[in-house]
Amino acid sequence: MTTMLLRGGRVVDPSQDLDDVADVVIQDGRIAGVGARLGIEPGADGVDVIDCSGLVVSPGFVDVHCHLREPGREDVETIATGARAAAAGGFTAVCAMPNTDPVTDNQAAVGFIMRQGIRAQAARVYPIGAISLGQKGEALAEFGEMVGAGAVAVSDDGKPVVSAHLMRTALEYARTFGIPVADHCEEPTLAKGGAMNEGLMSAKLGLKGIPSEAEEIMAIRDILLARRTGGHIHLCHMSTRGSVDLIRWGKERGINVTAEVCPHHLSLTEAAVEGYDTNAKMNPPLRTEDDVIAMREAVKDGTIDVIATDHAPHHYDEKEREFADAPNGIVGLETALAVNLTWLVKPGIIDVGQLVDKMAVAPARIFHLPGGTLRKGSPADITVFDPTAEWTVEPSKFRSKGRNSPYAGMTLTGRVHYTLVDGRIIHRNAD
Amino acid sequence: MTGPLGKDLLGLEPLSGDQIRLILDTAEPFKEISERAIKKVPTLRGATIVNLFFEASTRTRVSFEFAEKRLSADTVNVAASGSSVAKGETLVDTARNLEAMRIDMVVIRHGASGAARFLAERIESNVINAGDGTHEHPTQGLLDLLTLRDHFKRLDGLKVCICGDVLHSRVARSNIWGLAKMGAEVAVCGPRSLLPNAIDEMGVTVFDHIEDAIQWADALNVLRLQLERMSAGYIPSLREYNRVFGVTRERLERAPHDVLILHPGPMNRGVEIDSDVADGPFSVILDQVTNGVAIRMAVLYLLSGGRPELAEAAKSGAAR
Repeated sequence: MTTMLLRGGRVVDPSQDLDDVADVVIQDGRIAGVGARLGIEPGADGVDVIDCSGLVVSPGFVDVHCHLREPGREDVETIATGARAAAAGGFTAVCAMPNTDPVTDNQAAVGFIMRQGIRAQAARVYPIGAISLGQKGEALAEFGEMVGAGAVAVSDDGKPVVSAHLMRTALEYARTFGIPVADHCEEPTLAKGGAMNEGLMSAKLGLKGIPSEAEEIMAIRDILLARRTGGHIHLCHMSTRGSVDLIRWGKERGINVTAEVCPHHLSLTEAAVEGYDTNAKMNPPLRTEDDVIAMREAVKDGTIDVIATDHAPHHYDEKEREFADAPNGIVGLETALAVNLTWLVKPGIIDVGQLVDKMAVAPARIFHLPGGTLRKGSPADITVFDPTAEWTVEPSKFRSKGRNSPYAGMTLTGRVHYTLVDGRIIHRNAD
Repeated sequence: MTGPLGKDLLGLEPLSGDQIRLILDTAEPFKEISERAIKKVPTLRGATIVNLFFEASTRTRVSFEFAEKRLSADTVNVAASGSSVAKGETLVDTARNLEAMRIDMVVIRHGASGAARFLAERIESNVINAGDGTHEHPTQGLLDLLTLRDHFKRLDGLKVCICGDVLHSRVARSNIWGLAKMGAEVAVCGPRSLLPNAIDEMGVTVFDHIEDAIQWADALNVLRLQLERMSAGYIPSLREYNRVFGVTRERLERAPHDVLILHPGPMNRGVEIDSDVADGPFSVILDQVTNGVAIRMAVLYLLSGGRPELAEAAKSGAAR
């Protein structure tokens, strides 16, 4: 029997309404208890002690939305490098989107991702299966077999589900397996050719804009289909005030809708695009100050359930080009905690407990994943972080292969010290 | 070398009114060179300039080439087709390779907004934007300003309406910034489907009817309507466009005063502008083309480190 003692940290676990200085005892990879001492003597044989004084000890973060690029683009990320980047960012579990090459739309492909995730010996990797075969938006993929192989949700992320009928069917069919259907909300005819948010900045820069309505039209369509079907719709990377209003409308009516927001939509505006910085290009695009304020309010009041990274690594060369031709997406796993602490907790919009809820407790709950709690008997998936330490983002130090970060050179607040999965340290801050 | 404009000319938005006035004033002495029998001065002798055109262009490329040659620069034209660009080389690689041959300036025309700035940030040479996507076309904006100033003897308080496809027009953007910085009042007129949604926030007046624009304006800058806008669903037909938004003699005759007509070319006669307007007494369309060479000479001179007060003397090669 191996025992580990996380001593004297501020234990923040909203799943038990806990925010107190306490010890956490881990035995054989599971939480054995949270409290004072718990009968474990630090000096005793076979007890590993980690001094957590001044640090926050929380359930491990869970990212329900990232792109690990394997199979297909192992040059920009692999499941192993992505899982290590996740660990460095305090994530103990990540959900990998299926827009791989080939598309993760069958049980064999799901099994491959599971196997690569286990091999990585870092953050847990949960595959998300495709909604449609080849993400073509035509025929449903085999949800049942994919779930049997380890998939935890379905999504055609990267592309919207254009056919309302297909989305309806997916929501109905997914009910058998109790999984969320995650949609990338983008009305394709409105968004076509768009490179940034539509507004004054896009007019000035001469870039084709993506209006907020492209997202909102699909968001309300999905919410209405969830009402019709009783299925669980999960709205990916919400970015506009209008979307927040629509989600609120759906939740008030008891519709089974959950929603995520990305750290960049809580911290940056379209102003970051000025100068044609391709590291500020993502889809959905960075929006206006008013949208950012609305997203922060929505995190605070619970309209938005979770914060997810949409971690999307790209090769340096692919971003080093004309703005309109550069691919969408930024890396996010290793900056998410600090961005959220810097822009949400530091200004007092939410407290550390609410942040842990958005990054750990709620994502595990809505995607029905183990973890997200420090309850006795749970797997010891734990993140230990310093909520006040400042550091400067240097993409060359990322564990991810991706370097495409709009936060490069910025000084952020909040640093992960330890990440544990099943009681095993998978990341230790080297600073 | 860095002159009074900085290293590059990427657009009119980043320039001050004083910088724009400087370019216009510097163009004045250069106008005369093109009127000489021997149209050549030694001002840029020994300088190497690459005209890097990723989009087809006749007028702008020829205008730059004349400006360069009349200043005695050595010039090379690189067209996207027939070069390594067609083989998939990236913009930055193309530029670095050219620069490795020790060039002094690049004039770039590119279909992507921001391409000129992208290049300017990555090479040492001076970069002149000859049109980037739907962003800016600063030398066109400058030659429009010069033509207006020639005619009205002032820009301050002048009422200029930009007509047509503002949404996709780099000429429109450069005109809006340039005119506003010089104190002119700027309006736009066109179908709302061809105006940026945020046009009201850009500090311009919007006219939904061409008749109202003509009533208001001292000058109209009539934009070319790209014929593919119809197939892309922005307007139903060229015929209806002409009927609703075309600048016609009948409409101009109803104006309370003469309205000067500019057009950046190439024109679609009978679509955005009728022939009797284009060829009529208030058209300065060919003056624009003439001024284009002088403006480009001025920009080349100033970016190469030339001192504006010495522009007249520079023509003899005495100063740079």
